[in-house]
Amino acid sequence: MAARSETPRLGRLERPALTGVLVREVVNFSSYWRSSTFSSTVEPTIYLLAFGFGFGSLVSRIGGYRYVEFVGTGTVATAVLFSSAFPAMFGTFVKYKFQRTYDAILAAPVDTEELVSAEALWIASRAAVYGCVPMLVAMVFGLDPSWGMLLVPFIAWLSGLGWACFGVMIAGFASSFENFNYVVSAVLTPLFLVAGTFFPLDTLPRWAQILGELNPLHHCVQLVRDAVFLNLSWIDLLRVGYLAVFAFVLWRVAIRAMERKLVD
Amino acid sequence: MSPERAIRLSGVVKRYGRITAVDGLDLDVPTGTCVGLLGPNGAGKSTTMRMLTAQAIPDEGELEVLGFRLPHDSKAARAQCGVVPQLDNLDVTLTVEQNLLVFSHLYRIPRPERREAIERSLELANLVHRRGDKVDKLSGGMRRRLLIARALVHRPRLVLLDEPTVGLDPQVRQELWALIDALRSEGTTILMSTHYIEEAQRLADTVLIMSHGRGVAAGPPAELVLEHAGHEVIEVYGAPARLAEVQAEAAEAGLRTRRTGTSISILGVDGDGRGFEGERRPANLEDVFVLLTGEEIE
Repeated sequence: MAARSETPRLGRLERPALTGVLVREVVNFSSYWRSSTFSSTVEPTIYLLAFGFGFGSLVSRIGGYRYVEFVGTGTVATAVLFSSAFPAMFGTFVKYKFQRTYDAILAAPVDTEELVSAEALWIASRAAVYGCVPMLVAMVFGLDPSWGMLLVPFIAWLSGLGWACFGVMIAGFASSFENFNYVVSAVLTPLFLVAGTFFPLDTLPRWAQILGELNPLHHCVQLVRDAVFLNLSWIDLLRVGYLAVFAFVLWRVAIRAMERKLVD
Repeated sequence: MSPERAIRLSGVVKRYGRITAVDGLDLDVPTGTCVGLLGPNGAGKSTTMRMLTAQAIPDEGELEVLGFRLPHDSKAARAQCGVVPQLDNLDVTLTVEQNLLVFSHLYRIPRPERREAIERSLELANLVHRRGDKVDKLSGGMRRRLLIARALVHRPRLVLLDEPTVGLDPQVRQELWALIDALRSEGTTILMSTHYIEEAQRLADTVLIMSHGRGVAAGPPAELVLEHAGHEVIEVYGAPARLAEVQAEAAEAGLRTRRTGTSISILGVDGDGRGFEGERRPANLEDVFVLLTGEEIE
């Protein structure tokens, strides 16, 4: 038919579609950036002060680092988690269920795959910026600058991408806000505590150490420390690989979950 | 070179579990016309609308929109469609203009044309003076106009309106009718679902009456009325017992009747009154609707 030959079939993951969704997020961000930047800055500062001065007075050195160095780098992962998994979970659910934003977007030439991908890219980019905040705050309290710090936004981005997809996936499976309680208590809180952020994992029992190695947050913590203290080795490449696989798998699952939700 | 049919549905079935929302629907929307889907809540109108943007995938049947096969080529079709949803899904924390800006990107308007497209939409919706206001500061009617303007920002060839005036004041409704009518006179193809008889009668070139997921009659409103309810109707008022008598008498005379709340309407009494005493009025689409579906409409 004539109309079909005029316009070639549109492909998957097209740039204009991704851009469209990203523009929406950026324009929206202009209306709430103050509050989100405030919480993303204040939260890690509180952790740093509480643990840094609380624990720091009991333990002066840990794993070869001063405690402020240890926590200042470790809480980068915390900031990444808080600025990716949580906004992805709650934001996706609100946009899907209450604001029906996704109905409007999917009526435009945008597919669920593009919608989820653009949302994850946006959240990851935000996490890349917010993830650096604890490190900058720690510098005020005595963390020495290093060239390796320039890698931290990239580590935070990759890590944030995985957690963004995780959040979207959870929102895709959830039928109500209450469902998130299970995920936060049973998944996110343990992962957040057993990531080597506040204490090293090698003091834990063997089984907990093995579980810790499966925790993407732990690899984010280690990558950040190795980058900041210039200890990078081939093991860190494996960590990057692990984070990439984590992000890729959850990306695909998140798309499936949202397709089930958005397309009857 | 547009296809003659902007929308073509044949034998479309959509089930949700044990419920069949759309049950073998055929629908043709000729290019350049306004077609109204008329039916009560639950007749399958919204499901039909969602299938046209591939937000619902049919279990059976064929769908074609602007010459594209759905759901496979739906994205190309959506690029040339504008959709006004039944439920408001504007970004309420953004301004009027920002809402249009976002959709100018989503609908891939090239950068040099974006500014002009937004201005045109603002004028069309008569919201130029409110461009900088946040959406949550707008009245219900303004939000609805913005919703329509948003759907038109890329000059779509086909516009899908799902219950465009539901829940609005009569005066605001008239305003929107003028807007839709202007669109129609420009030659944009429109498919509109509604459960307001008057809306369908005023705006639609052809109406498809839907009931329980099926089309029960189709045609221009005036022809449908003539065919099924004749020219005139006599409405007889009285006590319930009296109404039952009248109904029986009419049936004997071979005339069709319908209950209209406190009265009974005798259809197709063209010319002579056949002895029935009551108020004469022209037959309307509502008579046809109730006759064909057996359902009262609000």
